[in-house]
Amino acid sequence: MSKKTYIQAITDALRLELGSDEKTLVFGEDVGKNGGVFRATDGLQAEFGEDRVFDTPLAESGIGGLSIGLALEGFRPIPEIQFLGFIFETLDSIAGQMSRERFRTGGTRHMPITIRSPYGGGTHTPEMHADSLEGYLAQIPGLRVVTPSNPYDAKGLLISSIRNNDPVFFLENLKLYRSMKADIPDEAYTVPLDKAAVVREGTDISLIAYSAQVNQSLKVAEKLEKEGISVEVVDLRTLSPLDEETILKSVQKTGRAVAIQEAQRQAGIAANVASLIAEKGALYLSAPVGRVSAPDTVYPFGLAEDDWLPAEDEIEAKTREILNY
Amino acid sequence: MDNEKPIVDFSAIRDTLGKNYEPVQVIDGQAKVLKPEIVSKYSNDQLVDFLKLMIWERTLHQRSNALTRQGRLGFYAPTEGQEASEMGSNSAMKRTDVLMPAYRDIPQLIQHGLPVYKAFLWSRGHVLGNEYPEDLHAMPPQIIIGAQYVQAAGVALGIKKNGTEDKVAYSYTGDGGTSQGDFYEGMNFAGAFQAPAVFIVQNNGYAISVPRRKQTAARTLAQKAVAAGIPSVQVDGMDFLAVHEVTKAAREYAAAGNGPVMIETLTYRFGPHTNAGDDPKRYRTKEEEQPWFDNDPLIRYRKYLTDQGAWSEDQENEYVEQVKADIKDAVKQADDAPKQKMTEFLENVFEEQPQNIQQQITEFQAKESK
Repeated sequence: MSKKTYIQAITDALRLELGSDEKTLVFGEDVGKNGGVFRATDGLQAEFGEDRVFDTPLAESGIGGLSIGLALEGFRPIPEIQFLGFIFETLDSIAGQMSRERFRTGGTRHMPITIRSPYGGGTHTPEMHADSLEGYLAQIPGLRVVTPSNPYDAKGLLISSIRNNDPVFFLENLKLYRSMKADIPDEAYTVPLDKAAVVREGTDISLIAYSAQVNQSLKVAEKLEKEGISVEVVDLRTLSPLDEETILKSVQKTGRAVAIQEAQRQAGIAANVASLIAEKGALYLSAPVGRVSAPDTVYPFGLAEDDWLPAEDEIEAKTREILNY
Repeated sequence: MDNEKPIVDFSAIRDTLGKNYEPVQVIDGQAKVLKPEIVSKYSNDQLVDFLKLMIWERTLHQRSNALTRQGRLGFYAPTEGQEASEMGSNSAMKRTDVLMPAYRDIPQLIQHGLPVYKAFLWSRGHVLGNEYPEDLHAMPPQIIIGAQYVQAAGVALGIKKNGTEDKVAYSYTGDGGTSQGDFYEGMNFAGAFQAPAVFIVQNNGYAISVPRRKQTAARTLAQKAVAAGIPSVQVDGMDFLAVHEVTKAAREYAAAGNGPVMIETLTYRFGPHTNAGDDPKRYRTKEEEQPWFDNDPLIRYRKYLTDQGAWSEDQENEYVEQVKADIKDAVKQADDAPKQKMTEFLENVFEEQPQNIQQQITEFQAKESK
């Protein structure tokens, strides 16, 4: 066991997988000598050489296409898209190509690609750096969208993603990179894909969240506990496809739910969670499903982002509203 | 002050751009041998095999055209006119090379190992048409213009990293495709990694209805490779031997570890963009088309080999009949393909089925067993 930050846990996972599978490749903009703009790939080129860990020209679509071609030649690519806001440049590689190849070829070809990308607000980045775009990605058949909320999951989910034979979009929360530390095992371990986790058990209401919002939800749960309110917190971990069983089981137990996302409200993950509960768990409910999200505007970068991002008190207020409905 | 010369003469620079490209020719439109030293490298039997490749592609086109009209094929992009460009380049490659085709490159795919019936199944939208055996080194035809170029760069880098000797990735796009960002990104990545890729641009004059001159201010498409730091060449795309020799040289150069190459073939799409309603009369004139029709790639090789006494009308008729019979068999084989099932589609979305897929498989199994 060692104390690791969220980003160190990610580096750890990359190092272990580069070491154990010679077909893995880490590449992207500035990931080589510089170790990535956040140092997620720090030291990896020195350890594994330029053949395995390398810089690419500055072109996201090229990085996506490169991954597909390398996968066809038998490699297990782990490309980095420097910021999630840059994926629009490579959406064809993701949505139009790699996620379709297994289907397109009748299962005769596969794309074991894990795209890593940082996202999430709260660090005052320039525009198109912190946007939560997981809702776009979640509609793509054949693509898993995975995001950890803590260092343990960051390492275990990333290792599971890399070892998976289908493409995974692995979202790393910018704000959590260095703000979270935890004791995690030094050796390789996996955290299952397609499985949500009940990170706090409760009986009165379910807060269903992911990434940084899990930590905000846990704080709300702790606060409400002092008033004798028992809050269950579900960490989705895999955003697409959803772990329906865990969500429905939790709602069956508590009878009340709030779905939480950092992204703007329209057509997002929280909407998927709410519609799942409406479709398959309506009879468990004592109140409508609540939703917490940012407003439906473009992400206001820089100084205004704190007003835009869903805050802990918004989660608390919505939780109380649904509890008292 | 008005007479002062600017520090840079941009007009003069512009006028020199792309000027050093001269299309390579071996046998011209009148069947006149311009490069006897190339022609003499091949026996008449080999040249007959080359001509047969073009006749095969023309016959495949004619049958595909007819089958599409009868509703027996689905999507079809006519290849007539591009036989020298397609067969000339593809025949210079090895079966172990990796082909990244677009939708007009079905003849190359078939020559690379795809059974004709599978090509027909692809046209109909049957997934069996895309189930390639391991030893068919190709991807299904790309629909998104340019996407195959960035992927080809990745395949080429993979070949280099695997240390595979004498193997290249090769990819096709059209004149319109050279306007796409991925076209440049693919060449630039392959160049930056010095990866063994051969990029072939079939300049057939039109991107559906938009003529080549409206795609770019560049004098040639070949010169677009210069910006990526990779060598390029223009070749008479109606001249089989010229395309073949140029592609062979490009392949050897790339396979030797020198990095990628780009080839622009000057050809013409005799027919419409696809058989889904495109009418070239809306954007082309007879006056423009006729010289290209006269420049049919089959004419000059047929004439040359007939003059040599190596080919005859009877031989051609016999060969065409044989190709037609093969195509007829392929249609029958395609007709025998089983109906596609939604459960099979669902099973091929992921390797390990998540809950939503499992549930939907169960739902469709119930429907399909009725």
